[in-house]
Amino acid sequence: MISSTRRTFSVHRAALHRRYLATSAPQGPSGHHGLLPGSSQSAITSKLHFFNSVMGNDETIPTYRIISKDGEPVEGATLPNIDEGFGRRIYETMSTLPLMDNVLYNVQRQGKISFYMTSHGEEASIVGSAAALAPDDEILGQYREAGAILWRGLTVEEYIAQCFGNDEDKATKGRQMPVHIGSPKYHFHTISSPLATQIPQAAGVGYALKRDPKRRGKNCAMVYFGEGAASEGDFHAGMLLASTIPSPTLFFARNNGFAISTPSSEQYHGDGIASRGAGYGVDTVRVDGNDVLAVLSATREARRRCVEYGRAVLVEAMTYRISHHSTSDDSFAYRARSEVDNWVKSDNPLSRFRLFLEGRGWWSSAEEEDMKTRIKKTVMQAFKRAESRKRPELKELFRDVYAGPEPWNIVRNDAFRHFYYSKHRFINAFPSEFFATIANIQTEQREELATLLKKYGQVWEPWKRELVKFKGSGQELTQVKK
Amino acid sequence: MATIKQLRTLQSINIIRAYARRYQSTSTAPTTNDASVEPPPPPGGYLPSLASSRLLRTTRERALQAPGLKWTDEDGTSPVREIVGGRDTRKMNLYQAVRDAMSHALMKDDTAVVFGEDVAFGGVFRCSMGLAEEFGQERVFNTPLTEQGIAGFGIGLAAMGHTAIAEIQFADYIFPAFDQIVTEAAKYRYRSGGQFNAGKLTIRTPTMSVGHGGLYHSQSPEGYFLGASGIKIVIPRSPIQAKGLLLSAIRDPNPVLFMEPKILYRSSVEQVPADDYELPLSSAEVLIPGSDLTLLTWGTPVYHCETALAILADPPSALLPLIPESLRGASVELIDLRTILPWDVARIEASVRKTGRLVITHEASMTGGVGGEIAAEVQKRCFLNLKAPVKRVAAWDLPVALHYEKFHIPDAIRILDGIMETLIY
Repeated sequence: MISSTRRTFSVHRAALHRRYLATSAPQGPSGHHGLLPGSSQSAITSKLHFFNSVMGNDETIPTYRIISKDGEPVEGATLPNIDEGFGRRIYETMSTLPLMDNVLYNVQRQGKISFYMTSHGEEASIVGSAAALAPDDEILGQYREAGAILWRGLTVEEYIAQCFGNDEDKATKGRQMPVHIGSPKYHFHTISSPLATQIPQAAGVGYALKRDPKRRGKNCAMVYFGEGAASEGDFHAGMLLASTIPSPTLFFARNNGFAISTPSSEQYHGDGIASRGAGYGVDTVRVDGNDVLAVLSATREARRRCVEYGRAVLVEAMTYRISHHSTSDDSFAYRARSEVDNWVKSDNPLSRFRLFLEGRGWWSSAEEEDMKTRIKKTVMQAFKRAESRKRPELKELFRDVYAGPEPWNIVRNDAFRHFYYSKHRFINAFPSEFFATIANIQTEQREELATLLKKYGQVWEPWKRELVKFKGSGQELTQVKK
Repeated sequence: MATIKQLRTLQSINIIRAYARRYQSTSTAPTTNDASVEPPPPPGGYLPSLASSRLLRTTRERALQAPGLKWTDEDGTSPVREIVGGRDTRKMNLYQAVRDAMSHALMKDDTAVVFGEDVAFGGVFRCSMGLAEEFGQERVFNTPLTEQGIAGFGIGLAAMGHTAIAEIQFADYIFPAFDQIVTEAAKYRYRSGGQFNAGKLTIRTPTMSVGHGGLYHSQSPEGYFLGASGIKIVIPRSPIQAKGLLLSAIRDPNPVLFMEPKILYRSSVEQVPADDYELPLSSAEVLIPGSDLTLLTWGTPVYHCETALAILADPPSALLPLIPESLRGASVELIDLRTILPWDVARIEASVRKTGRLVITHEASMTGGVGGEIAAEVQKRCFLNLKAPVKRVAAWDLPVALHYEKFHIPDAIRILDGIMETLIY
């Protein structure tokens, strides 16, 4: 295991060397280099020259595009290798997002779920990038990547169960806010709210993949984040770690122009997120995030480099957040409705790809109508099912905090006694006092809640109303015998 | 009010009389408890220092009898051997014991990796000396200088089922990783409905004062993490403890913060069992049994407590007038908490129910410190048994100022004073 890892490492060193040769700074007249350890590859120059562009000549990084807004291939572009079935599947997954989003957005407006975040405008970035991965590449997301897990096979029912936090919510057992999805089956790590925390974690996931003989050279870690999250220290940390401790980690920035109300012009002064990639020594590309084929193509190549060289790669997808940030946000407070409408009309990732498919004879208006009817039906059925189900049992409140024996403060008394008798045989000091303690143990937190529920659960309206929403109405807590 | 005061005075007098009686009857001999060591030496003895501490196990026999020690032999599938015959010990200081523990962990678990700032050449405290040479740079490696990155990277490894042993160079620099530890590592299992976890993560970090560490090489930040349900916090007091507790921490299915008192890295020396063994987490250890007062601490102050008890029993001449003769025979139970979260409430409760008095001492500041949490819980559980208020002897609510350290941290004399105040209350 160790020796083969070493082999992989030396390959990277060679690749790294090539990279320096290919993109090194202009050679000085004598061609000699500095000797300081921090920049031994830097040529010595007598010309004083400041720069502010990774492209040189103050140019900004170009955006890679394959199909134009009318669905036609751009001149000189090479179409990615996709067949009809694959193309249709991409389009159907992209189309599921707004249909599901519309229902759940309205459901939130009716107060049936507490929160929601839609993917409007970013369907191509999300689904196109997910479609470029192997199904068992590890995904760490931010929160606007429902399309990636749907692409992998998670059902609309499962997604909606999480949003409702009912007893079928395997992802969070009703513990996290809506849209915080996750599933080991689909190699999609559970979403958490703190921004960018998943980025350095992805470097660790990538390194674990590289160290695993069964997955080395086969898988990468894909991490999604917005351009706002890229301002967090964790972005810096993650890029640094994945580049210096080489790991197959694919950084995918969704640059949609806004972090809640903050426009990207207030988020950074440089050339977007992509310009930072080279600073970390990471192969980088900027892509038109509304062109699903460009996203697919760029991410496929990014993944190939990632997995083959075992190194980090950065993709920045330029797109536009059509939707409000979330159901708690009214985006017309900081941007004009007309601006949003213009985007919907002029550059819609869905219509762009639909035109492309129709141009190939792979899609028709009739099929569009059929698909919409079918997906709407699935979503409505899933919503009705989710709405009718109870929450998980109330005892789930206390579970999964720790693995192994639960600590005394949350454990039930009887379990605590059992644990103490079995695990603490080495207790030999002061047996009499010890056993007296066991006999008089205080009511701990789970038991305390059970006691309070027994006392007030049927007479205190706010609790009474809530209790009936849980599977078993909390009786598994209140009826446990000591 | 006056009546209560009078009662208290009466009570105090009675207690003092009781101490005097006990002292004369030499009834402080150790119980049958293996966990205990002998009480402080008789009058005419010495003040213990780390070099002469009786709490350190400097012979093979005593090392192998360390309580709670669980052998975890060679391949992990063989039955656990309880017999100590034939087992080796080696003289080690604390950093060598930490290194030894990591070596065992790396040897037995191919997924285990050790990383952090400057760990590859052996670490600034030498805790990873030779590990990179022995196990390869893929398993023992430097990271860029980013604490939030180190913690996040470790969580990622752990989420994939790999054993991640991360180092934060000083506990003072753990705060950039606070978010990753508290909002991510601690909640990873819970928030994913048990589907994912970061249980294989252990973060080691040097902690507590070192004599000249100033503000940022001295802190004891364990209290800041108390509310992070989902992680464990462990602090060892000696080489034997460091090795056994660290191996437990690495193998525990929960993320663990393992804080190593840095002043003990070189100064605490024991014979340490050479084999792979573990010591239980969430288990406090009674170091000296007693019946009049419970003295609870962890890490470096364990030895300040030992010194305080020696002074109490046999004051040096300069202190004679300040230490009432009636208190000198007090039987104080010294407990090392070892695991800060989740802490061993049963052991502490049992002790305080017996003694009726509790003094907690720690190097962190008083307000928001671990002592407050313990005091509140003991007060709830032992309300009717308490004969005096729970006393906390902690650092002042100040940053650790460089040249003022002697007057900032709770040293032996402050602990002694806290004990006396509590005994005569």
